[in-house]
Amino acid sequence: MPKFARPRSLADVETHYCPGCAHGIIHRILAEVIDEMGIEGDTIGVCPVGCSVLAYDYFNCDMIEASHGRSPAVATGVKRSLPDKFVFTYQGDGDLAAIGTAEIIHAAARGENFTTVFVNNTTYGMTGGQMAPTTLPGQVTQTTPYGRNTATEGFPLKICEIMAQIDGVALAERVAVIDPKSVFAAKKAIRKGFEFQKNKQGFSIIEVLSTCPTNWGLTPVKSVERLKNDMLPYYPPGVYKEGAVR
Amino acid sequence: MKGNEALAEAAVRAGCRHYFGYPITPQNEIAAYMSKRLPKIGGVFIQAESEISAINMVYGCAAAGTRCMTSSSSPGISLKTEGISYLAGADLPCVIVNVQRGGPGLGSIQPSQADYWQATRALGHGDLRIPVLAPSTVQEMADMTGKAFDLADEYRAPVMILADGLLGQMMEPVSFPDIGNADEPRAKAVPKKWAAVGHGNSRGKNIINSLYLQPEKLEEKITERFKRYEEIKNKHAGAVSENCDGADIVIAAYGATARIARSAAETAREKGIKAGTFRPLTLYPFPEKELREACKTAKKVLVAEMSMGQMVDDVKLALECKLPVEFFGRTGGFIPGPGEILNKITEVT
Repeated sequence: MPKFARPRSLADVETHYCPGCAHGIIHRILAEVIDEMGIEGDTIGVCPVGCSVLAYDYFNCDMIEASHGRSPAVATGVKRSLPDKFVFTYQGDGDLAAIGTAEIIHAAARGENFTTVFVNNTTYGMTGGQMAPTTLPGQVTQTTPYGRNTATEGFPLKICEIMAQIDGVALAERVAVIDPKSVFAAKKAIRKGFEFQKNKQGFSIIEVLSTCPTNWGLTPVKSVERLKNDMLPYYPPGVYKEGAVR
Repeated sequence: MKGNEALAEAAVRAGCRHYFGYPITPQNEIAAYMSKRLPKIGGVFIQAESEISAINMVYGCAAAGTRCMTSSSSPGISLKTEGISYLAGADLPCVIVNVQRGGPGLGSIQPSQADYWQATRALGHGDLRIPVLAPSTVQEMADMTGKAFDLADEYRAPVMILADGLLGQMMEPVSFPDIGNADEPRAKAVPKKWAAVGHGNSRGKNIINSLYLQPEKLEEKITERFKRYEEIKNKHAGAVSENCDGADIVIAAYGATARIARSAAETAREKGIKAGTFRPLTLYPFPEKELREACKTAKKVLVAEMSMGQMVDDVKLALECKLPVEFFGRTGGFIPGPGEILNKITEVT
């Protein structure tokens, strides 16, 4: 039996994440993939602005902090300079699906050989729980105090569904981290993304449905219930596109 | 060669193999040249989806320790300022070219020097300065590009070349003896031990970052950076002064306007006016000592620009109100004629 221990790629430090937040789980499975592929010395991570802004302190590979939403452009610059290294971006929903929409769409369209881990918790966590592009209809946030009204605030963006339309995408898969089974599936999806990257076969994005107990105003347990009951029907997990593009 | 092409070729010879840009007039020749040249020598050209993406590709590429460049013109530079601030804050070397056109807003596509304030004071939020080089000939478009890459690497800073539509579009003979050739760039690449290239399990991790939540840390970082700016000022501030010994009036101008000021001063001298010229090669750091030296005998200084008057502020600051400073400018895309500047010289002397 392998001993349960901290992955080498995950720094032995305390994180600033709130109790019940799934960033810790997602960091861990990403670090496990890096460990299992034995690539921590050949990996450069790009972290976003948002709750995971300090991720450069949590991973044990070389790290770059990007400005809000620009990680895919930064990752493009890194990867085109170091085509044989592994590059990932780690982005939240505000970062990727609002301010950085152009960057992610066009990195995908170019079929850039890097992997994006996209954490969707339907809110801006770091700034105190404002409406995100992925906020569900009716969801109460700091800036939708009466619930997201689709007549005035429009509709959530379904990123994997959008990515599925883009020819440069090798993998677009949505996963959730709600129980051991789904966590394993999420890890498998991230590994798949890194394999496409390894073979220079196109852009890969793994959308991870995640919880934000603090800004949802729910306990960690209730947060998982909300994810299952409200998020899964709107954002069905699954493979939206898979296959080498080159 | 066109000024824009000379600049692009010089970048290649300085070891730049990565270019990221977005179309905007009047600098398109740079991207077009790079798109043709770079793939043939194993380089990378990307036409980005926006100016913002282009500057962030530069950020990533520079973070990986690779010489790289972007170019644009005034409205595009405004978009890039976010990225430039991050580049400065993360101490990343790169070269940014602004071939200025008219503003504000869409302005015009004619030559202009109305981005002087932006270039020397406001290339992004926060406590930062960006070294700015100002070519005045096609030859200098080339030479200063080589210098810009060296400065950027030496001081771990983004460096700007501030040209204008006139210099970008004009053709002049140019040679590249001091820059090197494509196979053997002059680039004596400074070892970049700080770069994020993967630690290879042989060192601790490198972090490229501009976020410092503790005031002590951020102040320390900025203070250290300003020491570097001070060193750049002491070592690299430069200007060309001509006929300033015994001059009664010194005409200060940079870039394309300096060429016109020079011929106006020549005619003025023929008419018996003791006129000298002063041309900054660096706009930040502004060559203050050199200006004071050039104005030793002058009773007046005339600043000429393609704007409503921006560099004139730095001239006044450098002269500390010890001399009257006059201004002549055209804006909106007009290039001042030598006759117009001469009239102003005659008027104020």
